[in-house]
Amino acid sequence: MGLKRNVPLGTGLRYQGRGGQLSFVLHRIGGIGMAIFVTMHIVASFFGGDIGAFLNNIYENWFFQIFVFFSALFHAINGLRITLLDLWPKLWEHQQEAIWLQWAVFIPIFGIAAYAIISSALGG
Amino acid sequence: MTSTKSRVLPLNKRGLNFEMLMWLFTRLSALAIYGLILVAVIGALIMGARNQMSFADILRWGFMPNSSHVQSIPLENADAWATPFWKVTASLLLLVAVAHGVHGLVVIVDDYITSARGRNIVRIFSIIMMISMMLMGLYILWTM
Repeated sequence: MGLKRNVPLGTGLRYQGRGGQLSFVLHRIGGIGMAIFVTMHIVASFFGGDIGAFLNNIYENWFFQIFVFFSALFHAINGLRITLLDLWPKLWEHQQEAIWLQWAVFIPIFGIAAYAIISSALGG
Repeated sequence: MTSTKSRVLPLNKRGLNFEMLMWLFTRLSALAIYGLILVAVIGALIMGARNQMSFADILRWGFMPNSSHVQSIPLENADAWATPFWKVTASLLLLVAVAHGVHGLVVIVDDYITSARGRNIVRIFSIIMMISMMLMGLYILWTM
């Protein structure tokens, strides 16, 4: 307790953590994104009425839907990588390959979904 | 990149405490969530969702398989989803996901709040949030 880390933000951003650090940051953003969405959704369903309609309008916005889908998909795929590598720790030697594989799975699925969301939002 | 050899400690040299158990819970609950979503999507396909479902509908179904969540979807047999089996499945997904999520938020906040007193406040607040989310979710699942 009482841990002190006097690292300014600029130094933190210049940390060369490569693919693993990018996954770490995106995993956190995705987790927070899903927590916000699920909390809003439960509160909206529970109270209904004006509060429900107000929250519904926010998360039915196509921009928010793309963000939530990014959060869920990245968190799920990255979480699967972390879980598998942690349960078989010897696989951590192949972490870099696992990150490439993870992006190879993520990009096509997210691209197709984002295309579908945007084209239906624009009335296509 | 220099490859570093991974280090695996034998069981008797590892610490066994609450944080370690929650570390394990995070991994195992992730596996449980994948399994529950897979069960829900397979259930949707068996129950005649093969022709009517769009990608968005499958997602909505996979993440929370209860009948009020999917009533907007054209179905051959929507009542099949109001059975206790699917209510229990949805409840399990809710409880596991809320516990996983709230613990994740505590892990993130711990990186920024490092005083003992601040962390205690975060824990009390997180327990209140977890219980209220679980109760509200269960109420929705079993009464609507």
